[in-house]
Amino acid sequence: MNRIAVTSEGPSLDDQVDPRFGRAAGFVVVDLETMDTQYIDNGQSQVMAQGAGIQAAELVARAGVSCLLTGYVGPKAFQALSAAGIKVGQNLEGLTVRQAVERFKSDQVEIAQAANRPGR
Amino acid sequence: MIVSVASGKGGTGKTTVAASLATIWDGPVLGVDLDVEEPNLHLFLHPTIAGSEMAHMMVPTLEESRCTYCGACSELCQFKAISVIGQLILTFPEMCHGCGGCIAVCPEKAISPGQRELGEISWGVAGGVGFLAGRLRVGEAMSPPLMRRVKARLDQMLANGEDAIIDAPPGVSCPAVNAVMDSDVILLVTEPTPFGVYDFQLAWEAFTPLKKPMGAVINRAGLGNDAIYRFCQEKGLAILAEIPYDRAIAEAYARGRVIATVSPGLKAIFVSLRDQIRDLAKPGQPRKAAHA
Repeated sequence: MNRIAVTSEGPSLDDQVDPRFGRAAGFVVVDLETMDTQYIDNGQSQVMAQGAGIQAAELVARAGVSCLLTGYVGPKAFQALSAAGIKVGQNLEGLTVRQAVERFKSDQVEIAQAANRPGR
Repeated sequence: MIVSVASGKGGTGKTTVAASLATIWDGPVLGVDLDVEEPNLHLFLHPTIAGSEMAHMMVPTLEESRCTYCGACSELCQFKAISVIGQLILTFPEMCHGCGGCIAVCPEKAISPGQRELGEISWGVAGGVGFLAGRLRVGEAMSPPLMRRVKARLDQMLANGEDAIIDAPPGVSCPAVNAVMDSDVILLVTEPTPFGVYDFQLAWEAFTPLKKPMGAVINRAGLGNDAIYRFCQEKGLAILAEIPYDRAIAEAYARGRVIATVSPGLKAIFVSLRDQIRDLAKPGQPRKAAHA
């Protein structure tokens, strides 16, 4: 079973990709074969003064996904995601979750080698 | 007596006032730069540095072979400086606030104290004035931990009853509060511009709960409008000094001079300020200066 997570402004495939990772509203976890979804709320990371990206990486890693699709990832979150063996696809803001997943399935998402946002 | 020179807005003249006060002080005094993110008091006092040391904070180091990934440390840490993800443990030492909680809760004793460099503390003398300063390491996000180390050294240096003039960081957040919280008198330096007045109000609100004697110094007097005067009157806050808006002051500042040495008139302003600070610090005296 191959599952990926997408940062999302809401719980469904038709919600917008949340451009932020650490402070995303939540994550839609998608099973790539069945397109079944599960929503993980990220509210607890949103309220953190700092360390939101690390906390979000913990949440996503616990969901057992192989890849994360999002807009921007900072350096500490990227480090945590990489250490957990989760691939990161960036710059997917402006799409719906479904469009981002379709793009990933058709191999049009480049896997990032580094964070694309400076740390805070 | 410890006098801290603070402000809401940056660039209103904290360092100018602190350097001048230290220079005209009529007794043993230390000039202390607690604006550790961008220290500049030395540019005016020109101290000879006698010694320095690096300051550090305790951060976790891991002996991963002992770790069972139970997650107790990760759950405790409010700053995500230590994170357990499945069979993986990561530390982010730059996020650590140095509480030592992870070390205390680890049932396997897999975490031991390491160090993160906070910055440098240096001390010396400038003529008859003692000097003490902190300089935050570039990249260090938190200044209060280094400020506390500087203040600990200040405590030692004040053992003989000297006075201290603290050049505080601007703003009203943790670093500014940290700089003024142990002082006997707080001076708020401002300028009569809309930004100056607005940030002065924030500073007054932030520091009033500390219940310290406070006084205002208005720099660049003659500029802007009278809103700052009305605010001080309304709050019963004494205006202890007004420094004129004068090109000669800017020129002296740009050359790294202490403005109290520029003219007898300017010196008199700071001598009078010093005497009023002493009055404010006296226990049992009314908080309002006589002319307020």
